[in-house]
Amino acid sequence: MSEFEPKIVAFVCNWCTYAGADLAGTSRIKYAQNVRIVRFPCTGRIDFMLLLKAFEEGADGIIVSGCHPADCHYTSGNYHARRRWMVFKDLLDFIGIDSRRIVFSWVSAAEGAKWAHLVNDTVSEIRNLGPMKEYKNLENVSSNKIGELIND
Amino acid sequence: MARIGVFICHCGENIASTVDCGKVAEISSKIPGVVFSTDYKYMCSDPGQTLIKDAIKKYKLTGVVVGACSPRMHEPTFRKVVASEGINPFFCEMANIREHCSWVHPKGEETTQKAADTIRILVEKVRNNEPLYPIKVPVTKRALVIGGGIAGIQASLDIANAGNEVILIEKEPSIGGHMAQLSETFPTLDCSQCILTPRMVEVAQHPNITLMSYSEVESLEGFIGNFKATIRKKARFINEELCNGCGDCTLKCPIKKIPDEFNAEMGKRPAIYVPFPQAVPNKPVIDKDNCTHFKNGKCQFCKTNCSAGAIDFDQQDQLITVDVGAIVVATGFTIKGTDFFPEYGYGKYKDVVTGLQFERLLSSSGPTLGEVRRPSDGKVPKKVVFIACAGSRDPAKGIEYCSKICCMYTAKHAMLYKHKVPDGEADIFYMDIRAGGKNYEEFVRRAVEEDDVNYIRGRVSKVYEKNGKLIVRGVDTLLNSTPVEIEADMVVLATASVAHSDAESLAQKLHISYDSYNFFSEAHPKLRPVETNTAGITLAGACQAPKDIPESVAQASAAASKTIALFSQDLLTREPIIAVSNKSTCVGCFLCQSVCPYLAIEREEIKDRNGNIIKTVASINSGLCQGCGTCVAFCRSKSIDLQGYTNNQVFSEVSALFERSEEYV
Amino acid sequence: MKIGYFPGCSLHGTAPEYEASLKLVAKAADIELVEIEDWNCCGATAAHSMNRMLSIALPARNLAIAEKMGLEEVVVPCAACYSRLLFALNEFKLDEKVRMNLQPIIETEFKGNIKILNVLDFLEKYVMDALKNKVDDKFKKKAACYYGCLLVRPPKLTNSERWDDPLRMEAILKKIGIDSIDWSFKTECCGAGLSIARTDIVGKLSGKIIEDAKDRGADMIVTACPMCQSNLDMRRGAINNYLKKDNNIPAIFITQLIGLAFGYSEKDMQFDKLFVPISFSNNNFSNNNDNLKMQKSKVKEVKV
Repeated sequence: MSEFEPKIVAFVCNWCTYAGADLAGTSRIKYAQNVRIVRFPCTGRIDFMLLLKAFEEGADGIIVSGCHPADCHYTSGNYHARRRWMVFKDLLDFIGIDSRRIVFSWVSAAEGAKWAHLVNDTVSEIRNLGPMKEYKNLENVSSNKIGELIND
Repeated sequence: MARIGVFICHCGENIASTVDCGKVAEISSKIPGVVFSTDYKYMCSDPGQTLIKDAIKKYKLTGVVVGACSPRMHEPTFRKVVASEGINPFFCEMANIREHCSWVHPKGEETTQKAADTIRILVEKVRNNEPLYPIKVPVTKRALVIGGGIAGIQASLDIANAGNEVILIEKEPSIGGHMAQLSETFPTLDCSQCILTPRMVEVAQHPNITLMSYSEVESLEGFIGNFKATIRKKARFINEELCNGCGDCTLKCPIKKIPDEFNAEMGKRPAIYVPFPQAVPNKPVIDKDNCTHFKNGKCQFCKTNCSAGAIDFDQQDQLITVDVGAIVVATGFTIKGTDFFPEYGYGKYKDVVTGLQFERLLSSSGPTLGEVRRPSDGKVPKKVVFIACAGSRDPAKGIEYCSKICCMYTAKHAMLYKHKVPDGEADIFYMDIRAGGKNYEEFVRRAVEEDDVNYIRGRVSKVYEKNGKLIVRGVDTLLNSTPVEIEADMVVLATASVAHSDAESLAQKLHISYDSYNFFSEAHPKLRPVETNTAGITLAGACQAPKDIPESVAQASAAASKTIALFSQDLLTREPIIAVSNKSTCVGCFLCQSVCPYLAIEREEIKDRNGNIIKTVASINSGLCQGCGTCVAFCRSKSIDLQGYTNNQVFSEVSALFERSEEYV
Repeated sequence: MKIGYFPGCSLHGTAPEYEASLKLVAKAADIELVEIEDWNCCGATAAHSMNRMLSIALPARNLAIAEKMGLEEVVVPCAACYSRLLFALNEFKLDEKVRMNLQPIIETEFKGNIKILNVLDFLEKYVMDALKNKVDDKFKKKAACYYGCLLVRPPKLTNSERWDDPLRMEAILKKIGIDSIDWSFKTECCGAGLSIARTDIVGKLSGKIIEDAKDRGADMIVTACPMCQSNLDMRRGAINNYLKKDNNIPAIFITQLIGLAFGYSEKDMQFDKLFVPISFSNNNFSNNNDNLKMQKSKVKEVKV
């Protein structure tokens, strides 16, 4: 069996991390192909329901990355994203998704190499965690079965 | 029904060498809604653009996805193409298959698949796009210039001469800045005040310039073309309208021993003072901390001696709000004091001075009236050692950059010293001589060849006092690293130029970015060296990085020209990427209001036809909103959306993430 | 209270007066100094220029033994030993490789929890409070506090503030009524290990120190390092040769002065071990001719 290739989604802000990924490109820094990038104006815009949606669509891991603290193009969007992430993490634990599947990071427009490392590190971390099954399992559970599960 | 066209660019070999562009076009053609897809060598070239235009006509396309480079590069290009065919430009999206794909991955199926996935994600976005129209906002044709040094003066004059109003604010009692403190200027040795003071007077008399000295920015709101600045006009305890500048008060003040800031603490001043004789405005100010009246109410000498009755001990700080369309930040720099240097005596040796202090000793308006006399005993020093790079280029001191002006002014100091004390000796310890600039190298050569200044390449490890002499211990690296000890009468440190201590807080007030040294950051180091990342705010002078006078003046004129260009338009066009609220579903929790960094969310009352308030909802000020979308993610009832990144768009993008086409399964 | 004590070679060799005075001072402050059992050389100054691991393992073994003895702190009066021990502890904490490789070498478990005090740390922490009301008029002398190099440097390791111009000894001496001069050679090199091989260099370097202290009106030089003290005191012949005049300004350990303030005698403090004599008794501080002669004869002895 070939090695498990995780599917990674990156939610990034336009001003720092998207530009940082551009820089990785212009610097020709090679990294894993597993990542698909979705561009947002700011990490503050990222509705964390999108993260759950991405898992539902089959993502095995997610990167959320924006500007470094104090460098937000919109002054404070990244702080809001960070706070939301702290709360969201608890929710993940509660619903039984391993919070290691979401990597929260800062990559500036000047950090092409950091972006490449971030993607590679995330891919190997998720590879160790294995495919994301939790969500799929839940999908197959009928309402009766949920009762059984709880009784178990 | 959407009719979407997909155009894959080879970018010469840049994309095509690792991505099979034909294959991507073929896969894309199978996405529902895609009616045409093709690939081409250079999509941004003229034939490439024509190809898109023809396809739009032929296939009656309603949306376009271009798979090429980063949208940060060519999005405007392709949106223009689409717009020329009568489609709303926001129905054009770019899939980044170069920077994010072909350049970072090896040739192969996986890379081609990633490109195809990226196209599919953007096709889903375009499918959910809506037409957007640029926003027009009015421009207030009045500029705020912060800082009245040479950069601020130059910018103010240029903007005002173009027929625009300028408000120039300066935190010190007089404009003039550091340039007013200089004796002569390199490389021509013009007298600094002789060339500066006429400009200062011009500022004061200019009909378009409002000068507010002893004032600072309190806060700033708004956006390009429509800023609202609140300025704190500090109480100087003088009624400026009544004061005629006679200066009697300063002579009568019994307190006379306060270190004089203008003379870099080389001289003394009274508690009520005019910083220097040519000050603009030429009105005194009372130093509240040192004034006997403010300490214990026992003195009123200045008041009783003022024939104009201009002394007003009850004056309060005033907060003045002004509307301005653009801002030039020209707050300048400061230098490290000698107390920053433990190896040179922590500032405890009186005859170890900074370059700025030496400048005052050389100046004919200085405390010694231009005679070089050392601070400790007033004797003329016969041996002066200059230490360049005191702090600069020294990671151990936390200042890794070059302060840029020191090589030149140290050469000037040594030269002027030799002119004034012909039998004196001047030694300069240096790391490198950086004399890049018109006539700069020649100037340094002149110091060496004509004025006999002794340059020693090496650093100084220690300065200590012995028998009334300052022993400078260093090394001469050009003479096989020989240790050198020089007995000097005076030591001048070319201390590092650094940002003002309040630079960080000012940057935060203005929402402009700054670097790790608290110098303000330009929008792009090469191509936008004058603008900041905040539209409408430009930089001039040494607040951005250490600069000499010609550079500061050039940048000030550049900032002025940016401002004048802005003011040449009556209406500004803005990208319509802003938030909109749905007033029928908004429940008025105003969580959005608390997270908006731009105070763009207002309360709007919805009334019935009798005028009774039904509910209060969030309404977004399209002028203030910058489109970060933080409010969207926070809205509990999904009543705010961000144009260009609507929930529909981003959720459908995510839904399209992993839909693999049959062939690759 | 018990505190570990690492004497190093100096305190058992050239500086017995330092050890004697330190122990009595500790006793006066109710501290028992427990000498580390079977201690070995700290490695100064050869080890760290030859082999990094050796330069860590030598001091680390001493620290490991101290830990084993249940000691939480160890006072290291020699500045060179202090520097090596501190360096080893720091490397142990920062470098994982060191942590992995150390144990087989020193054959002892080492956790790295022990704290290292130099003599100033020790005096500040445990003795300062006991010095209340110890101001004595006989001490109305001007001291030149001499720190040398290793007590304060490298600043990143020692965490010293004002490492170019430290003021800690001055503060301690102030407690017993000694005022200190402001001078420029507090942290200059005394010549250190060149004492044997190149006495002339020691004469020159220490000479400059002696000269500046004297020029600025100091009555004595106060040190906290056995190497500094021996160079400034024992090498007075070479120093005077370099300066081309006789200088009789004494160089004394800070602990000897503190001991006097606690009421010990000059004999207890082993003043007789000093080459350049000093005495605070009978208001007879300055060196009289006899003393000077004695000094000269002693210097001669050393030369032979």
